[in-house]
Amino acid sequence: MTESVKNTLLFAVVAGLILLTGFTQSWNTAILILNMGLISAIMAIGVNLQWGFAGLFNVGVMGFVALGGLAVVLVSTPPTPGAWSAGGYGIVLSLLLGAATVVAAVLVATKMPKGRAQTLTIIAVLVVGFFVYRAVFDPNVAAVEAIDPAIAGNIGGLNLPVLLAWPAGGLLAAGAAWLIGKTALGLRSDYLAIATLGIAEIIIAVMKNEDWLARGVKNVYGIPRPSPVVGYEVELQQDPAFLARAEWFGLDPVTASTLSVKLGYSLLFLIVLLALLWMAQMALKSPWGRMMRAIRDNEVAAEAMGKDVTRRHLQIFVLGSAICGIAGAMMTTLDGQLTPSAYQPLRFTFLVWVMVIVGGSGNNFGSVLGAFLIWFLWVQVEPIGLWLMNLITAGMPDGSWLKAHLVESAAHMRLFTMGLILLIVLRFSPRGLIPEK
Amino acid sequence: MDFLNALVALSNFVLVPAIAYGSQLALGALGVTLIYGILRFSNFAHGDTMAFGAMIAVLVTWGLQAAGVSFGPLPTALLALPFAILGCIVLVLITDRLVYRFYREQKAKPVILVIVSMGVMFIMNGLVRFVIGPDDQRFSDGARFIISARDFKALTGLREGLAIKTSQGITVIVAVVAVALLFWFLNKTRTGKSMRAYSDNEDLALLSGINPERVVMITWIIVAALATTAGVLYGLDKSFKPFVYFQLLLPIFASAIVGGLGNPLGAIAGGFIIAFSEVTITYAWKKVLTYLAPENLEPSSLVQFLSTDYKFAVSFIILLIVLLFKPTGLFKGKAV
Repeated sequence: MTESVKNTLLFAVVAGLILLTGFTQSWNTAILILNMGLISAIMAIGVNLQWGFAGLFNVGVMGFVALGGLAVVLVSTPPTPGAWSAGGYGIVLSLLLGAATVVAAVLVATKMPKGRAQTLTIIAVLVVGFFVYRAVFDPNVAAVEAIDPAIAGNIGGLNLPVLLAWPAGGLLAAGAAWLIGKTALGLRSDYLAIATLGIAEIIIAVMKNEDWLARGVKNVYGIPRPSPVVGYEVELQQDPAFLARAEWFGLDPVTASTLSVKLGYSLLFLIVLLALLWMAQMALKSPWGRMMRAIRDNEVAAEAMGKDVTRRHLQIFVLGSAICGIAGAMMTTLDGQLTPSAYQPLRFTFLVWVMVIVGGSGNNFGSVLGAFLIWFLWVQVEPIGLWLMNLITAGMPDGSWLKAHLVESAAHMRLFTMGLILLIVLRFSPRGLIPEK
Repeated sequence: MDFLNALVALSNFVLVPAIAYGSQLALGALGVTLIYGILRFSNFAHGDTMAFGAMIAVLVTWGLQAAGVSFGPLPTALLALPFAILGCIVLVLITDRLVYRFYREQKAKPVILVIVSMGVMFIMNGLVRFVIGPDDQRFSDGARFIISARDFKALTGLREGLAIKTSQGITVIVAVVAVALLFWFLNKTRTGKSMRAYSDNEDLALLSGINPERVVMITWIIVAALATTAGVLYGLDKSFKPFVYFQLLLPIFASAIVGGLGNPLGAIAGGFIIAFSEVTITYAWKKVLTYLAPENLEPSSLVQFLSTDYKFAVSFIILLIVLLFKPTGLFKGKAV
């Protein structure tokens, strides 16, 4: 069996699993798995770029995904009336002041001669800057958050088409990645891991607490859909042409409209995935990709050949994070709402890592395969676990606490299973399902 | 008089909580730093090891409470602690035998071990949720306060009260005992010395006949004991919730790195540095300043630098500053 046959078979198996879900459970579930699988595949490509190509250990995927979600709110929702004049400009001004403070401190650190005077100046700049920033920031935030807090209380967005938010999400994530990469790259790999873990937690904390930005834990609802590709169920159900087509398929209008909306998303996501996959493949095969792998395999040798390792690392770190940001924006668009408290590191960072490693790090197709497979398992482990627990406890008397506990805990088998899969793959097939060539 | 009140308010809201929190972080960071020194990787499963140990303590405590056993004014969890440590030791030794040993024999790169520890983290997290569920569990009992705010006010006649929770007092005492034992072990016993030798120079240690597997086993046993102790103390002080232990990973790593990875003394110092900065920066200073400021100059705002929700940002920023200016940490660690 040649390699391409084997790989096609693997993809066919995963497609078969999703189709099986459609036939045995419901097509709605199957398409949901497909959509989130497509998004996960894009995240996995981003992580694979960093880990597979360059050997960078990023455990802050969640933060970049969340920034993508934030971009959707800032780009596509309508602006809150009066928010900009009440305090929006003031907030922007205060943020600029804050940035200026940091820049000034960095300038002092680089330009002034080392010594006590330098340290004191840096501290003075930071303290004065901080108080000025807070003095401008606080009243403006209070003004914005006072506007209709039950439904708004934030500055809102730019009211642009939601599709524009996807690249914007990538840009936002890239900016954050540049900042973090600038400080933590060039140190040993564990440090980058800790630093990215931290930045992700901070991004989530900001999104939960800065109500003026995206309403914090009050969530943003009603994010517009990327019409006309994705319509609204209610409108579709009143469209005679659509009803005729639904009848031709033998579906009732309600089911047909929900399926049609979800398939619209699938189409858009598939286009993005194919485009990114093509670019990643081209990058892998190009001289640039070979250089990246050379750096990954032997940094010292690559440096001796005149390659700027830290800069190349920064470049690929920013690119990979931007892809995660795009995926995050797509996910928030699919959900139609932004819920900062839904971002959990185990789900958004470590699960993507399981996808990349199970699929095959260093191979783009492997990451895509891994993403679909692991996402399928993530969704299906819960019902399987419940079934398993019911089987195990079938012999136990009804009402025993052990039976109740086991059945109730079945929901937590997900994490356990994912860890087990990761460890087994790492141990017995460390190069993944589709190994790097 | 006002100065005294300010001092008492400061102790009540800043010093006492920070000392307790710092002790918990220091115990956690000691575990991370020992693993780094001997096994040479950053253990991402450490937070969940703490959660696992604490979980056993919670279960044993419930058992003891049901059996009518109590520890007088002290929390029953202290009686459960030895059992929890034993349980946790069994778990980490099994993990090492089944998972880590394979990679050690292969001389795998540290980053592979970090990824492996990620898998272990998933499994431990799953185990804890499976057994006890993801919710908050309370298991502290006994007297709540060593001295309550009202008693303190009655005793001293000051306007401000100073409350010291039993859990805070126990935290500090247990932490001091644990650290003293650890340093005695590392510096005085033969096994401890062989551990330090192995950490300093693996090849030389092997040459002088130190058994590496034994050193690794002892390390895991110590780490399990430290992690369980830290987990139980944190749970007594706040409350037991599996996810919180995962989040503790960041301040714990920050403490270990700030002190210098692989350096036990550094881990303790790092723990207190992180704890004190977190508490002072997220504390609203209005009360203390009002006592200190002259008439009519009292601050009108809360004088809080960052809201408590950003406490992770504090440990992160300290971590960044140390990484930028002194990547090996304040006390010479071994990291490059």
